[in-house]
Amino acid sequence: MKRLLATLGAVIAAVGIAAPAQDAQAQGKTLTLCWAAWDPANALVELSKDFTAQSGVNMKFEFVPWPNFADRMLNELNSKGRLCDLLIGDSQWIGGSAENGHYVKLNDFFAREGIKIDDFMPATVAGYASWPKGTPNYWALPAMGDALGWTYRKDWFARPDIQAAFKQRFNRDIAPPKTQAELKDIAEFFQGREIDGKRVYGAAIFTERGSEGITMGVANALHTHGFKYQDPNKPYSMEGFVNSAASVAGLDFYKQLYKCCTPPGYSNSYMQEGLDAFKSGQVALQMNWFAFFPGLHKDPNVGGDRIGFFVNPPGPAGRGSQLGGQGISVVSYSQNRTEALQYIKWFASADVQKKWWSLGGYSCHKAVLEDPNFASTAPFARDFLTAMGEVVDFWAEPSYAQLLLAMQKRIHDFVVADQGTAKQALDLLIQDWTKVFKEDGKI
Amino acid sequence: MPRTLNTLAERAAAATPQAVARRVRGLSDRAVAWAFISPTIVLLLAINIFPLVWTIWLSFTNYRANRPNAPVRWIGGDWYTDILTNPDIWVAMQVTARFVIASIAIQTVLGFTLAWLIDRRFRGHGVWTTVILLPMMLSPAVVGNFWTFLYQPQIGLFNYMVSFVTGVPPSSFQMLGDVTLSPWAIVIVDTWMWTPYVMLICVAGLRSIPEHIYEAAEIDRASAWRRFWSITLPMALPFIMLAVLFRGIENFKMFDMVNLLTGGGPGSTTEVASITLKREAFEKWRTGYSSAFAIILFVTVFGLANIYVKALNRVKQR
Repeated sequence: MKRLLATLGAVIAAVGIAAPAQDAQAQGKTLTLCWAAWDPANALVELSKDFTAQSGVNMKFEFVPWPNFADRMLNELNSKGRLCDLLIGDSQWIGGSAENGHYVKLNDFFAREGIKIDDFMPATVAGYASWPKGTPNYWALPAMGDALGWTYRKDWFARPDIQAAFKQRFNRDIAPPKTQAELKDIAEFFQGREIDGKRVYGAAIFTERGSEGITMGVANALHTHGFKYQDPNKPYSMEGFVNSAASVAGLDFYKQLYKCCTPPGYSNSYMQEGLDAFKSGQVALQMNWFAFFPGLHKDPNVGGDRIGFFVNPPGPAGRGSQLGGQGISVVSYSQNRTEALQYIKWFASADVQKKWWSLGGYSCHKAVLEDPNFASTAPFARDFLTAMGEVVDFWAEPSYAQLLLAMQKRIHDFVVADQGTAKQALDLLIQDWTKVFKEDGKI
Repeated sequence: MPRTLNTLAERAAAATPQAVARRVRGLSDRAVAWAFISPTIVLLLAINIFPLVWTIWLSFTNYRANRPNAPVRWIGGDWYTDILTNPDIWVAMQVTARFVIASIAIQTVLGFTLAWLIDRRFRGHGVWTTVILLPMMLSPAVVGNFWTFLYQPQIGLFNYMVSFVTGVPPSSFQMLGDVTLSPWAIVIVDTWMWTPYVMLICVAGLRSIPEHIYEAAEIDRASAWRRFWSITLPMALPFIMLAVLFRGIENFKMFDMVNLLTGGGPGSTTEVASITLKREAFEKWRTGYSSAFAIILFVTVFGLANIYVKALNRVKQR
């Protein structure tokens, strides 16, 4: 018995000594977290100070502007670089990063540390964390919920002269649009109008060619018109879904919106150009990611009472918003895996998630989103919840980049460069995608 | 009295440390020559020849740099067939050809005209030469960025200048977003930047023409027009052709300016071959495919340049 007690004492002493020793080991270590350079990244820097205070692990950040983010980070992963210990990678990277061994699989870690993936919103788990889709294999923790929404100039909508002119033209009151058709009406109404002696335009939408811009933008129109990536019963079968009559209508709609209602020279514009157009008082409506809404709401020129927010309005086929957002992953090539996992554990806690939201990050944790007061915490909070309940994501296949670039080309060729018809563009898109899936052995 | 070291060789021999001198003593001239050039050859093999051979090998495989764990399979000439039968690739090649031809034609005419004017050696021609050469000294990244602003329909100076001259409202046309105008927008920028280079080579050509030939022509009462057609142009032609060769090769590979100005858009209107190649290699990660495409482009440029150099040599021998 004495021996047993002695052994037990020794074990307790060892654990007692080991725990501070582990902390001591962490002291002085530095983790590098890689992400895109945008507003939420600044909030994360602020939030991570708590982690450093708690763990003694210093945090370093590598933020890359969005247009170069994918190129830079995918290069880093493909070359097995050790720059990033933690990576908040785009949702579509999950397939490739999981299959090519860039991300650490987190299932065992979650089980060991008691992290429940069910604590996060299902759409975000499906979108940011799991691969293959729909399976319980987790490669990331949902970190930043996001979707494509809209902002509008509330102050312009409130002007009596605008209200009267709108009512006269459309025989209804001007208000945030309830349908895609109404959205276009409003954009058309403002296009070229003089407000306070300045010519303004209808809408800033995504038309960027190089990375993912126009694909993300057109998705909001396509999904609400009935576009589907594939036959739900026959994976990778796209004929009649990608190029259905409803999809063609959605694509035609987006082109009309581009032609009728965007500012001059708006042929290659993405999130930053949209922000510029809106902040400079050029447009009445702006398509952009919810991630930017806290910053826009604080903007001294167009924020506060002057800005309003709305979810992508439904179209003939119902609701749908393009999914944005990212999960946080541990990079396999990191030499600080223990500390990186420690960060994930810390980040997954409900308290940290609450603070994340309060600082301007979009938490995906149910403790935040299902809080009865959540909708009143920010003017866009309710819309964010609605949008996250209807999100649709692009392909997350390992070949997502090929699929994405094919769509960029076909959509830009049709919408901006006026080549062919919507049906032809979508037919060609099916040909491109089929070729990619054949090369991958999926068909 | 010690002997004076007169020649350079003697001085070098005297300065060589004894240990080194002992080691190289007895080496043949050929061995010494090899010793000097071998570092360069090794470097050349490492950074030029090996990557080329490696690229050729990759072009026959299904290798993808983003899938390091996937087995690399030999697929023969499949990528070459695929590329040469792909209509999108042919469109990119046509876009490239149109850009090369248009930009070189304009730059040659303007460059030679400017060179001819500068060669008049008028008062202040030195200052003007410097001013004209300035765009060439700028980084393409800087040029691409500031021309993007100049072409901006609402605030761009270019649109305002066109508006001032033609009366067309500045925001009624977009140089970079319009299918018809965007190829010309790139040609304008490339011409603005590189005409001075053509001019510089042409000036060298014009100044190499011996003065006595013009004097003889004047004695024969040849008109200025006749002197230009019979002396100036034929004698400057090898230089002009050289400028065309350099610009042709450069513009065939044009990437930075197009990438910054239009990114290949609108649609694929300005997607030159190098943009397509970059997308295939570093965005789609089709390494084997893009290697094959790079080899095709290399052979095309190399073949065309060789034909051209032969023509240039014939002109020089006339």
